[in-house]
Parts: sequence; structure tokens; C-alpha cells
Amino acid sequence: MISPAIVNLIYLLSATLFIMGLKGLSHPKSAVRGNLLGAIGMFLAVIVTLVDKQIITYDLIIIGILTGSIIGTVFALTIKMTAMPQMVGLFNGLGGGASLLVAGAVLLEAALLQKGPGLQFTIATCASGLIGAVTLTGSFIAFGKLQGLVTEKPVRYKGEQIVKVLLLLASIYVSVLIVLNPHITMYYWILTGIAGLLGIFLVLAIGGADMPIVIALLNSYSGLAAAATGFVLSNYVLIIAGSLVGASGIILTKIMCKAMNRSLANVLFGGVGAVLEKADESDIYEGKITSTSAEEVAMLLESSRKVAFVPGYGMAVAHAQGMVRALSEELEKNGVEVSFGIHPVAGRMPGHMNVLLAEENVPYDKLLELDIINPRFKDMDVVIVLGANDVVNPVARKENNPISGMPILNVDQAGTVIVIKRSLSPGFAGISNPLFAADNTLMFFGDGRAKMEELVKAYKEL
Amino acid sequence: MGDFAVLLTIFVLAIFVGFEVITKVSPILHTPLMSGSNAISGITLIGAILSAGSQKTQVTMILGLAAVIFATINVVGGFVVTHRMLRKFRRKEE
Repeated sequence: MISPAIVNLIYLLSATLFIMGLKGLSHPKSAVRGNLLGAIGMFLAVIVTLVDKQIITYDLIIIGILTGSIIGTVFALTIKMTAMPQMVGLFNGLGGGASLLVAGAVLLEAALLQKGPGLQFTIATCASGLIGAVTLTGSFIAFGKLQGLVTEKPVRYKGEQIVKVLLLLASIYVSVLIVLNPHITMYYWILTGIAGLLGIFLVLAIGGADMPIVIALLNSYSGLAAAATGFVLSNYVLIIAGSLVGASGIILTKIMCKAMNRSLANVLFGGVGAVLEKADESDIYEGKITSTSAEEVAMLLESSRKVAFVPGYGMAVAHAQGMVRALSEELEKNGVEVSFGIHPVAGRMPGHMNVLLAEENVPYDKLLELDIINPRFKDMDVVIVLGANDVVNPVARKENNPISGMPILNVDQAGTVIVIKRSLSPGFAGISNPLFAADNTLMFFGDGRAKMEELVKAYKEL
Repeated sequence: MGDFAVLLTIFVLAIFVGFEVITKVSPILHTPLMSGSNAISGITLIGAILSAGSQKTQVTMILGLAAVIFATINVVGGFVVTHRMLRKFRRKEE
């Protein structure tokens, strides 16, 4: 047995490793080490907890850790990179669920021992149950949406906000009941049930393109749930680690909101994508769309010095990233300078496009963020937009439309813009895109992967 | 300082540390940062272990077991998948 002081010192060491780990994770060069430091911190915390005197039997712990490790490792090693958003969502939900269960178990214990728990304990238990349940069900709905099991469209209906407000009020009411009667543990499970419903309704109402924000927010919640559990157990390392993750999730959420020029409240409760305004497409597009062929694009590329790719969620759906890499390599062989313009909210989770392209061995110094690549578009000979729409829509520079003020990639400033897309259908924002009708835009209609394949072939044959 | 005040102090300071540490995250790493920090939020595993091993009642032990499984998937899966992703992030001549 080791003394509580030593246990707490080891927890302090773990917390320090978590901080250094997160710091490492924010820069490409130190990221691998950062992740390892975090894992070591976790390992230390678990080991020192196992020798804690409160533990009487190890059977269940060993069964649980073995089962969880096997399932987690198999998932993590077999999952395709394209399915990464779902995976992150799922892990998130499990973390929230674990916090909820721990708080419930501790409350039950206190009730059985007829301890008169203090206010800190009961309030923290309620917070843990509430946030944990919202994280659990919200993440599972997000998983369902990304996996295609639940509709990607925002589910909106009359009185939708009232339903959510009522569920929140009900959760608070039951929380008060728990604080007043901590020995009636049934209230706790009622609370988690109601909060679980709240999580479902919150995320159901959010559409596919807003997923990066939701995933970042749920990431933050899973941390806050762990911190709340830390208050339940009066455990320092839970509070520190939980609040670090809570803070990092909030920062990511803010970055994502800024990249869409929307407030978090607008994403959660606003109606973007809900009512598709019937834009008069014939007006904008008629007679102004120029279609192109693989041969024509290949010839354009032949005479180019600088080329950029701008991928969107469509690239992920079509699994076209391998062909993008292939074309970029062919271009570089001929001395063309190739870069990639990545919008922060392209895809379904923060950094989605970067992961897909890194998986294809595209070096990360070619993946340029908005502020860096935007001034360079005017010097580009050709920009290939693949499966992106709203993030390149120049309408964002104008007032009074769903994407007004959203920072976009200024691809329209390039010499020629090639848009690879199935049809002229609008993006998530539901508005038409004047870029498609611009004089310097050529539309290359079809499936992203098939068209890229044709393009690679045509370029090689030149 | 009472126990609660100490815990609250730690909580508030840790939030600020989190903000400071993450603020300048490279956009390239948004996904790994998320999955890595997600794995760290599995720290609730500590609480789960204490519940599963306390042998107070069968119900709390079963709740604890479920929590241990959930949290371990979160922790192990999270760190492994982050490592797998990060190994793919390379500069040109590496």
C-alpha cells in the first residue's frame, strides 16, 4: 500500500504529462511524442489507482480492462481513415457514458452506506450525469449520421426549440430532486434518461456540414463530464485532465464557428440547411455553364506552372483522394508547383481533409490553410475544386444570404477553375454558386474518383 | 481553504492552462488533437476502476465494470488511432 500523498504526486505527474502531451499535439513535429506522453500519463494514473487501498477485488477490473483494450485496439487498427469522424464520435460517446456510470455507481454507494453526501457531491453527480448522458447519446446520433444510419439532414419540426427547452428544464428539475433526496437513486437514472433524450434531439437537428462543430463540441463535453466526475470523487487528476480536454474542445469549436462565421447558438438552434430557399438556378446558370473534358483539362495542366487542389467532403465520399495524390505526383514530375487549399470546415470533422490526404502520403507542408493560400490564388494557373461547394462560393462576400461573411477560399481569382462535381445541385447551405457560371470556370461533371482517374490518364498520355 | 474551494481552484486553473496550451494549434492537426484529447478524457477510467474494485454491492460493481470497459475503449482506442494517424503526417523528404 502506498500513501495517499504518493498517489496524488503520481497523479500530478500524470497531469503534467497530459499538459505536455496536448502541447505536443498542437505542432506537427512534436505530435507523435505528445500523444505518447499522454498515453504514459494515463498508464501511470491507472497503475497507481490499481494499488489504491480502496480496491478489494481485481477480477472485474481485469476483465473490464482486457475487454476494453481488445475492442479499442481492434477498432483503432482496423478502421478506415475515411471513417475517422464516426470513430472519434463513438469514442467520445463512450467516454461520456463512462463518466455517467461512475457518478451513478458512486451515488448508489453513498445511498447504501447512508452517508449524508455534501452539496458538492450531489451537484457534481448531477452535472456528470447530465453532461455524460448528452455526450453519450449525442455522439451516438452523430455517429449514426456520419455512418449513414441516421439522416444527414437536420431534423427540424414545429416546436423543436420548445422540446429542447422542456427537456433541459426537466433535467434541471430532476437534478434539484437529486440534491434534495440523494438517497433516492432512481432520480439519477431518470435524469440520465431525460438528458439522453436531450442529446438525441440536439444532434438530430444538426446537418451534415455542421458536423465538425458538433464533433468538437461533444469532444469538449466528454472532458467536462470527466471533470464533473472528478468533483464527485474529489479526484485531482480527473478534474485537471477533464478540464484540459474541455478547454481544447471549446477552442476547436470556436475555430470551427469562426470558419463558418456563425455563432455556436446559431449552429445549435439556428435553421441553416433546414429550409432550402428555392433559388432560381436557371437565372444564374443558364447559358453560362461551360463543360469540359479530361483531355481539355489535361492540356490546361500541361501549360501550367502552379496548380492547387481544393478538396471538400465530396472527395471523401467519392474516395478520390488517392487519385488526387496520383495527379499531384504526375504534375510534380513535370516541375509543376502543387499545393492544397484546405478550408477549416471542409469535411465532417475538424481536420478531415488533412487526415485523408496525409493517409495518401501527401506531405503536410503542401496542405495550406485558408490565410496562407488565399493570397496565392491569383498566381495559380489552374485550381481543381473537388467535391467542395459552399467553401468556395463567392456569394459569401455579399450580404444577406446564409453564408454571408463566411471566410472562403478565393479560387475564383485563379487563371482557370476546374470544378469536379456530379451536378449543379447546391451545397449544404442550399444556395446556388455563381463560381460555376464564372467566365474562368470549367465544369467537369461526374463522379469525383472516376473523373480524377480520367484526368490522370489523359495527362499521362499527353 | 475548504476541499471544494481547492478543487474549484484546480478546475479553473486547468481550464486556463488548456486554453493557453491549445490556442495555437496547427489546422493540419485538428483531427489528431481531437482524438488524442478524447483519449485523455477517458481519465474517468480511474473512477471506474475504483467503483469496479470496491466490492460494496453487486450493482455498483456491475456499473463499475461497464464503466471500465467504456473508458478503456475510449483510452486505448483513442491513443492507438491517434498514433496511427500521426504516423501518416510527414514532411516531403522524411
